[in-house]
Amino acid sequence: MKLYEYESKRIFAKYGIPVPRGFVLERDADIKELLKRHEIEPPVAIKSQVLVGGRGKAGGIKIAKTVEDAAKIAEELFNKPIKGLLPKILLVEEAVPHEAELYASITMDRAHRRPVVLVSRLGGVDIEEIAKEKPEEIHRTYIDPWIGLRGYMARGLGKKLGLSGKRLQVFERILLAMYQIFVDYDGDLVEINPLAVTSDGLVALDAKIIIDDNALFRHPEIAKRDPAETGEYTELEAKAQRLGFAFVELDGDVGIIGNGAGLTMATMDLVYERGGKPANFLDIGGGASAERVKEALKILYEFPKAKVIFMNIFGGITRCDEVARGIVAAIKEVGQKKPIIVRLTGTNEEEGRRILREAGLEAFIDPIEAADKAIQLARER
Amino acid sequence: MAILIDRDTRVIVQGITGKEGSFHTKLMLDYGTKIVAGVTPGKGGREVHGVPVYDTVEEAVKNHGADASIVFVPARFAPDAVYEAIDAGLKLVVVITEHIPVHDTMRFVNYAKSKGTVIIGPNCPGIIVPGRIKIGIMPVSPFKPGNVAIISRSGTLTYEVAAAMTREGIGQSVAIGIGGDPIVGLDFVEALEMLEKDPETKAVVMIGEIGGDMEERVAAMYREGRFTKPIVAYVAGRTAPPGKRMGHAGAIISMGTGAYQDKVEALRKAGIPVAKMPYDIPRLLKEVL
Ligand SMILES: Nc1ncnc2c1ncn2[C@@H]1O[C@H](COP(=O)(O)OP(=O)(O)O)[C@@H](O)[C@H]1O
Ligand SMILES: [Mg+2]
Repeated sequence: MKLYEYESKRIFAKYGIPVPRGFVLERDADIKELLKRHEIEPPVAIKSQVLVGGRGKAGGIKIAKTVEDAAKIAEELFNKPIKGLLPKILLVEEAVPHEAELYASITMDRAHRRPVVLVSRLGGVDIEEIAKEKPEEIHRTYIDPWIGLRGYMARGLGKKLGLSGKRLQVFERILLAMYQIFVDYDGDLVEINPLAVTSDGLVALDAKIIIDDNALFRHPEIAKRDPAETGEYTELEAKAQRLGFAFVELDGDVGIIGNGAGLTMATMDLVYERGGKPANFLDIGGGASAERVKEALKILYEFPKAKVIFMNIFGGITRCDEVARGIVAAIKEVGQKKPIIVRLTGTNEEEGRRILREAGLEAFIDPIEAADKAIQLARER
Repeated sequence: MAILIDRDTRVIVQGITGKEGSFHTKLMLDYGTKIVAGVTPGKGGREVHGVPVYDTVEEAVKNHGADASIVFVPARFAPDAVYEAIDAGLKLVVVITEHIPVHDTMRFVNYAKSKGTVIIGPNCPGIIVPGRIKIGIMPVSPFKPGNVAIISRSGTLTYEVAAAMTREGIGQSVAIGIGGDPIVGLDFVEALEMLEKDPETKAVVMIGEIGGDMEERVAAMYREGRFTKPIVAYVAGRTAPPGKRMGHAGAIISMGTGAYQDKVEALRKAGIPVAKMPYDIPRLLKEVL
């Protein structure tokens, strides 16, 4: 789960990472009053609080030179969607003059099965871009979890960025604090981009913390957010997620339901290989009940891009008769709004087929035949 | 002996009194797996399908001797169960549990390594040596004894491929679902190192998916001659968009790694044929066997 910049900066401040002085501004608050109360003088940076990256480029970050200016910009930013998301709050903070922008982050490295610290001289830009264009500008250190990040490792990385003297000391302190946050908050990512180089030190101008969703139970103090707030999901994807389904929209017209992530992906690929275009990924998981199957079908009924629904079920812990009951229940409840093509094999296959046959549906055994049929029906509609 | 386990492997079920644990204990017993004891803290003294239950792994091992355990414990308590199994000296721990925080997995996987314990999973279907033993939750009907090993990041897709192979008369020496999380214990490279030395395995089917770089590391291993038996691969997620998690926590293309094309290119360049559909695997296997 992604935290907002202002939430991440509060945590940073708690751990002693230098951040600009500032405050959050709600829609109906008086910015002039708040500037006075916090003793912050323009110029100030006013920053749209939305959970997407690249806000700067998208016009979500403005510098105000006067108090009047600040009020006008705040009004403007509150009404300006950034990549489709309207901010509920803004972050107002001192504009920090700086000479250079660095990059620093900590994530979990899958291959090495341990945390990795990444730093670069080329901050302010998307790290994926640096990784692609100038990979030699990214320096990394892998962390043994039993030792943790040590000061000398942090200093070593700082040296590679050309830091020395007091700045090097501040850099070390910042990286150690980031690592502590990474551990304490079950971070998927702790990132500072940019880390500004100022006349007398370093300041985190941006802050990003992503918490492992599976670890949220350890952090009850952090407010859960709705999937729609993240800007990563369409409305229907967010809805499916609330129901506990992994659902991803694609651009084709053959709706896909499978059991198990691998089989569901393979089913999308199968449709593509046979000349069709998958409309989505929707995994009902292992051991799905008839009720779950029905819910899944209803999601695709609501999804206009899916002209037909291709269900590929390999029964293991998932039972074919349960799946069949779910299909029949969905049809009974909302009618057969779209053609459903079912490939059914595995546990309780015979019973599943019988249930479908009674409802007038003939299930396929061969997945390729089923895919071809689904593609053909999608073309005809 | 196949790899890791065989007919006489003695197994403990951790979380045996839960719904899943008890259900699959029965199915494993039916398949012939030697389940010698179960563990659920606070429920010692009971029996589940005739298997004695203990409060601790240590007691279970002391009374029955054991080589391996399978963990059905809920995510919050699973790391503790894994450490307990490692510290009791078990050499293999199969972690079925889904949704374990990745920081926990990272730590117990590293700890296990330092103690010489192999972890399979988390979020995996387990391991089966057809006709002899299964430590896992996979249905058994798709599998048949033979000499092709399957290693896979996906559960259902493993069953699907095994069934297609079995239909074509190609049996399996072992099938291992290594799990769908970003960090897992036993990975493809380590599994292949074991399979290289296994006389019962003549070829390997590798079922990968988008995300991470495990398939690329297998390609490098093969190219460098560190694995010498034929491999046939399939990679799920050719049509998956970047930046989206495809069900499995580990199935995501991010930071420029994990893309389908990169994996397939690396594998093909190394001389490993890649099936376009899982259903093509038996045909490709016949070409290399
Ligand atoms: N408080 C600030 N003072 C001066 N410049 C700032 C400040 N906050 C942001 N910036 C500038 O705006 C750019 C984008 O801001 P950032 O917080 O990184 O948002 P995003 O990454 O979403 O674009 C930064 O690279 C920096 O140059
Ligand atoms: Mg930024």
